[in-house]
Amino acid sequence: MSRLPEILRQHEGEINSNWLRDMTSAVRRNDLLPDKQLQSECKEVLSALVEGANSGDLVRLENPAWDNAKELLQSISASRAQAGFSPTETASFVLSVKKPVFDVIRKDLGGKADELFAEIWTATMLIDKLALVTSESFQVSREQLIARQQQDVLELSTPVVKLWDGILALPIIGTLDSARTQVVMESLLGAVVQTNSRVAIIDITGVPTVDTLVAQHLLKTITAARLMGAECIISGIRPQIAQTIVHLGIDLSQVITKAKLSDAFSLALQKSGRAVVRTTPEKSVGIGKQPQANKE
Amino acid sequence: MEKIPILRMGSFLLVTIQVDMHDRLATQLQDDLTQSISDHEATGVLIDISSLEIVDSFIGRMLANIAAMARVLDAETVVVGMQPAVAITLVELGMSLAGVRTALNVESGMELLYEIRGNFHSDQDHEISQT
Repeated sequence: MSRLPEILRQHEGEINSNWLRDMTSAVRRNDLLPDKQLQSECKEVLSALVEGANSGDLVRLENPAWDNAKELLQSISASRAQAGFSPTETASFVLSVKKPVFDVIRKDLGGKADELFAEIWTATMLIDKLALVTSESFQVSREQLIARQQQDVLELSTPVVKLWDGILALPIIGTLDSARTQVVMESLLGAVVQTNSRVAIIDITGVPTVDTLVAQHLLKTITAARLMGAECIISGIRPQIAQTIVHLGIDLSQVITKAKLSDAFSLALQKSGRAVVRTTPEKSVGIGKQPQANKE
Repeated sequence: MEKIPILRMGSFLLVTIQVDMHDRLATQLQDDLTQSISDHEATGVLIDISSLEIVDSFIGRMLANIAAMARVLDAETVVVGMQPAVAITLVELGMSLAGVRTALNVESGMELLYEIRGNFHSDQDHEISQT
């Protein structure tokens, strides 16, 4: 039976004061964390450590007795991450409790080398695991953030806008992968039904590169729209992209392509039997409704 | 026995698929439709699939086949009202229904047929004076 819980309990106050005293400024980071908060954190961590150790399970942190300690460390890790601590610094904070703990163990078991080694080993394993908890929770919160941002980007970058009665535009920004194509397709087809549109303009000005896969995704979207009875026009093809498309041998002959969104829009208007007419004479500064007027 | 009704409107035929298609129904429809086209000398076929929510490759092929058969009998086929999910499924199955014309709803499908085939009262009253 390990004597560690007992030693920790007896010397809790001593460990706490030594811990705070010996903590290096690199771990302390007074610029990010006021001393007072550090003191209360140390106290909480230590009492959670003692409480967990008292359960008798010094090996498995999965034991519910350690839930409190883990929760505490996770919240400390989260608040420190927000304050600008690196994960290393947060882990070092927990690891720095080793020295005062080892000190009290040595004081108690100084004569008995075997026992001393066994207790120190138990303590070091335990504290390492606790330090890992902080790193892990740091990682988890980071990953959640990234996942959320990815979702945001996905939603942000696929708006379907109505340009005119029966004319939709879908400006695509960023690379088209399978997951995004799905979202693009669904939102475009949904909008086609909703607005009863016969023409959809897919603007790829914001797509950095077009390879065979992207082209295939585009063609899929266009085919699906056609099946529903809407015609698609691709616009915003930059000169380099036109070159790549030809070099890669991508066949876009079945698709209407236009260089600029304005060209595509005027074609769409024409297809729906409309025309845009200038209402003021050519020379005046008045804003004509003509798409060409806005082009420059 | 279950059957999909085929309505005649002038020289066009109107088919509304309102039940989930199973394979026998599909082949039955092919038979009936080709028969009707030849009986009524129809020049256009409009298939409304707006209430069709599930398709498989067989039904997709059937639509393409019907269009091809109708073309052989000199009638144009327009498929209207396809649901987004159905369109995505067909594309993922690799069926683009290349020879089939499509429209958003029955109304625009009819307009499309008029456009292709002229007035749907066909040659009886108007067309001669128009040309």
